[in-house]
Amino acid sequence: MAIYLIVALDVLNGISSLFLLCLGLAIIFGMMKIINLAHGEFIMLGAYATVISANAGVNIWIAMLIVAPLFVGLVGLVIERCLIRFLYGRLVDSMLATWGLSLLIIGIITTIYGNTQQGVPTPLGGFSIGSYQSSYYTLFLAGIAIGMMVLVYGVMRYTRLGLIARATMQNPAMAATLGVNPTRVYMSTFVVGAAVTGLAGGLVAPVSGITPGMGGAYVAKAFMTVVGGGAAMLSGTMSAASLFGAVNQVGAYFTTPVYGEVLVFTTAIVLIRLLPQGISGRFFKGNL
Amino acid sequence: MPFSRRRFLRHSALATTTLIAAPAVFRSGAFGAEKPIVVGSLHDQSGPIAASGTPMVYALQLAVDEINAGGGLLGRPLKVIHYDTQSNIQMYSQFAQQLAVKDKVDVVHGGITSASREAVRPTFDRFKVLYFYNVLYEGGVCDRNTFCTGTTPAQTVEKLVPSAMKKAGKKAYIIAADYNYGQITAKWMTKYVKDNGGEVLSTDFFPLDVTNFGTTISKIQAAKPDLILSALVGGNHTAFYRQWTSAGMKGKIPIASTTFGLVNEPTTLDAAESDSILGAYGYFEELATPASKSFVEKIKKAHPDSPYVSELAACTYEGAMLWAEGVKKAASIDRMKVIEALESGIAFDGPSGKVSLDKPTHHTTRNAFLAEVKDRKWSVLESYSDVKPADTASVCDLVKNPTDTKQYIINL
Repeated sequence: MAIYLIVALDVLNGISSLFLLCLGLAIIFGMMKIINLAHGEFIMLGAYATVISANAGVNIWIAMLIVAPLFVGLVGLVIERCLIRFLYGRLVDSMLATWGLSLLIIGIITTIYGNTQQGVPTPLGGFSIGSYQSSYYTLFLAGIAIGMMVLVYGVMRYTRLGLIARATMQNPAMAATLGVNPTRVYMSTFVVGAAVTGLAGGLVAPVSGITPGMGGAYVAKAFMTVVGGGAAMLSGTMSAASLFGAVNQVGAYFTTPVYGEVLVFTTAIVLIRLLPQGISGRFFKGNL
Repeated sequence: MPFSRRRFLRHSALATTTLIAAPAVFRSGAFGAEKPIVVGSLHDQSGPIAASGTPMVYALQLAVDEINAGGGLLGRPLKVIHYDTQSNIQMYSQFAQQLAVKDKVDVVHGGITSASREAVRPTFDRFKVLYFYNVLYEGGVCDRNTFCTGTTPAQTVEKLVPSAMKKAGKKAYIIAADYNYGQITAKWMTKYVKDNGGEVLSTDFFPLDVTNFGTTISKIQAAKPDLILSALVGGNHTAFYRQWTSAGMKGKIPIASTTFGLVNEPTTLDAAESDSILGAYGYFEELATPASKSFVEKIKKAHPDSPYVSELAACTYEGAMLWAEGVKKAASIDRMKVIEALESGIAFDGPSGKVSLDKPTHHTTRNAFLAEVKDRKWSVLESYSDVKPADTASVCDLVKNPTDTKQYIINL
């Protein structure tokens, strides 16, 4: 019995971390149709911000939940002003530019901090179910994932800001006619997306190896999830993250980690073949 | 004269080229009459493997500087031509050609992963350039033009597994990286576990980009092993040790590893995450012999920010020194004469102790050490002197087949 609970927790862990790692990308991609290939490096910057500030004596929770998103949000602001704003509506160019940007960020971080970095220990600790051990951090991640979901939904659905953002997303020209400044909306969307990605980076920092190239391990799955989720920012990402996260973890448990990965990618191929618009293109049409 | 954009670009391009070319021009003029002996170096100084490659470059440079300070070899100074291979196999192939054809080097030290070694070894065979591979690996390379100075599984895994089993128990669970090193090392682990009367409950392989080890940790708990043997590789895989500790498993099941701590895992992980992990290598920075201390001191003095000085750096230094001994004995830089001299039982007392080249395998007989992580440092528990490369010796005999150039996959 206990083992099923543990596996359920693993699945929960897989889903919530995947959701958190994708949300920032989904915001940027869903709202602005900019493909940010430097997404993995934003995660890495978040992790570095957390680790460096925590090792400098900042409380680990503050480092994770405040320093990381703030720092990456600021980086996002600079990047949007200097680079991304020239690329709206130029999909292929934006891919090339952000790919170059990702290499640049890796290079800068390697130059400053070298190829490895001391990590931070995982806070909280473990608890046992029967004779099995699991980590409170898993539950914490799930809590944050739910919190972020509620927050994004609340802002988008019930605030004026969200209304403007949704209007710009649907029809920028019309929104501009009605007095909204799309440039400013895009800018703040990019910054929010970057900050959310930074938060995800901060949250994975205590449970992953910190290297300048660590983003590479996340970026493929993040894109797959966002594309598999389709146009609806929240419901799409959530459903795709649940699907892929669960397939990966259950697959890895019952077979081997190698097949766990293979299964995820196979699922993604089949999904895109059957639902070319992603999950939300079929099931949650018009939702957030 | 109008100052146009085009003119500005042309001038700055010219100035940049001059600046970049200047050191090369000055340096090539500086040596004067005595033509230097050229040592090629292929090591990764950027990309994922850079933390391994950087100290190796330092060690090679140290060896060459020391030889030059002692008057060089055969009255000629040594010169290193180094290329940063950027953790990219394509760069290895390209620069290997360049070293052999354009730079016409007399010997090459380099290669880190087994994949990179196999990319450059045929090139050096073809162009008849003597090649030293100074890294621990899975064993089995049998090539008269190549000398492998690092440890092989018979020298380290063979010591690690029984001592870990003695401490922990007979049931082992193997986790390893999913490429040739991990796959072959897992086979060796299985063999030694069985040889010592134990049992392997399960073997799991992980692609290098796996970051979530939650299910593995659950599976390990369900299997209830006495011991975990790890050959996980790379930054992403260090996540395993973190997640293991955060699940509260640390200390409940001991871990022994053939890869942990080769780069600088003990310093990047928290003490709580790395304490009491067992490892076995041909060298540890913490070895307290005078030779080892002065070696580490020299590297750290020249490069205060150097990553951990591991077996990789020590073997590179010893490899370069062994080659120098060979050249001295041959009294020539001719490739065949140097190979014959190196086969005549050359030995060198390096940071890890006495290292001698084995004629039939072109591997080394060297000391091996068993250590445990304590407070983010290795503490050496035991040392084994003059361990032979028995694995490669069981398949390779260059005395009988001098034209062999294969890497044997050792059947277990």
